[in-house]
Amino acid sequence: MSDCILEMRNFHGGYGNKQVLSDINFSMPKGEIIGIIGPNGCGKTTLLRAVTNIVKAGRGRVILDGNYLAKMSNREMAKMVAVVSQNPQIANINVQEFVLMGRIPYFSRMQFLESTRDVEIALHYMQLTDTLKLKSKSLTDMSGGERQLAAIARALTQEPKLLLLDEPISNLDITHQVGIMDLLKKLNKEYGVSVITVLHDLNMASEYCDRLLLLNNGRIHSAGTPFTVLTYSIIEEVYKTVVVVEKNPISHKPYVLLVCGRELKEKEWQNH
Amino acid sequence: MTAKVNKKIIAWIGWALLFFGFLLCAIIVSFCIGSVVIPLDKIFQIIFNGRGTQEYSILFNDRLPRIILGFGIGSALSLAGALLQGIFRNPLVEPYTLGIAGCAALGVCFNIIFRLHHLVGIFTLPFSGFSGALLAVILIYVLSHKKGIIKIKNILLLGVMISFISSSLIMFLMSISKTENLHGIIFWTMGSLGETNRILVSLAPIAAFLGLIVAYIFSINLNALSLGEEEAFYLGISVERTKQVLFIVASLLTGLSVSIAGIIGFVGLVVPHFVRMIVGRDHRVLLICSFFGGAGFLLICDTVARTVISPLELPVGAITGIIGGTILIYVLSKKQVVL
Repeated sequence: MSDCILEMRNFHGGYGNKQVLSDINFSMPKGEIIGIIGPNGCGKTTLLRAVTNIVKAGRGRVILDGNYLAKMSNREMAKMVAVVSQNPQIANINVQEFVLMGRIPYFSRMQFLESTRDVEIALHYMQLTDTLKLKSKSLTDMSGGERQLAAIARALTQEPKLLLLDEPISNLDITHQVGIMDLLKKLNKEYGVSVITVLHDLNMASEYCDRLLLLNNGRIHSAGTPFTVLTYSIIEEVYKTVVVVEKNPISHKPYVLLVCGRELKEKEWQNH
Repeated sequence: MTAKVNKKIIAWIGWALLFFGFLLCAIIVSFCIGSVVIPLDKIFQIIFNGRGTQEYSILFNDRLPRIILGFGIGSALSLAGALLQGIFRNPLVEPYTLGIAGCAALGVCFNIIFRLHHLVGIFTLPFSGFSGALLAVILIYVLSHKKGIIKIKNILLLGVMISFISSSLIMFLMSISKTENLHGIIFWTMGSLGETNRILVSLAPIAAFLGLIVAYIFSINLNALSLGEEEAFYLGISVERTKQVLFIVASLLTGLSVSIAGIIGFVGLVVPHFVRMIVGRDHRVLLICSFFGGAGFLLICDTVARTVISPLELPVGAITGIIGGTILIYVLSKKQVVL
């Protein structure tokens, strides 16, 4: 057992010959929420896939709760890490069956049926994610927000120590965005699940994450609390966009404001 | 909570029994009906003390081997279809649309032309069918894996092309073969349950049963695969191993069916499709019901083939094609099917 749920040491890797990630070094203490941010195509999803051994390490190591990932079986990994993917295929099955699939890693070799305990666990997490009322609805008939909640319920049914989410709140309205992020916070605080989530929305990342990893071109550009990462100089350097960073009046976390390009030009002209 | 699990199991057992009942009905119907109609109440009389009569001979030498063979081939083809549809997550794939059957047919043609089944033994027939099927599966597997992600449209196109190439090669083989072999090939490409070799007839249901057992061990993996390969991987499933084993099972079943009964299409497409509409998508019940359903469906089709222009016989492949294709078109046009 180790204090860190996840460590990546000197990790290099990618798809085939194409190296996407280089020189990734970080360790994640148990019980944190880490946000991965960065421009499109910088390797955020690839980093999540490296944690689940889909992208194999060309060089370096991934250590999950003290175990080398390369030496773990799929099944051992699935009991420790659960993933909520960005664009999963939408199967035509109802929510309860879908959530119950989260118990598959715990099935013994010749087991074909869920035990009553499996069903209890699934129902518990459906209750927690507020999807119990949808249990006999098909995934194909659900809204994006509901589907995301069902996917989180399924991931939790795996009873993971580490939950990975790939842009869980993109394409959702603010009600569902806040709902899902609040849920993650609750899971983190009350159930002790460590969370790594890829986020595009810098303000949501700032508001909910303990620490941020800012990726750029497959490398960690900067890492630390939202205060150290979300400064206007770093954001302008990585995103090549002019921003203003303020403080959220209630949470006192950094708040990133965008400025229309035309306004900027006019301002510049006035200053001259 | 316990009640919930039990309710599901009871429903599954109910569905399985329903399809088993359908199979039993099909068996009884194909026992009774043919060029000579033997009523059900007379059958028992004949079985127990009709030895030597003409009806006894019809029942035991004509119809019983056909029923055993029909059971084996129908269940094997339907199971192969259900497995392939599960692997590719698409209801349109089956041994025929993927070109697996076509390649198996090519393998068997080679065997007939070079007279291996005479020179080496009858067991080379299923073996060459299996080799052909496996060749097609390996081709599909390798080509679809080049880019890492399977594009289902490409797979179907690839399958159609494999079928085309195989049937062209079969025609080529036919055009250069001797007349006595030609007759064998033509008779066999039409697809029929008329095979009388005892070894081949009894091999079919045994292989189908073994296939069902192996496939069933992977039923949970197939359920996980319905969420996509990456999701299945996150659930701790060894995706590649599952696909490899099931591809081999599907090729074995297809190769065997084609080598014994010739080309009988649509069973693997239509039966699992309908079973899925009735019992749902869980492979734990779908595989068993497809197995029984496919056997029953082929037996009914064979009965139709035997009786429509009796005493002559239609190729059963034509009947399955007409019945299966028509039903599928009707269903697809009536209801928006979620792929």
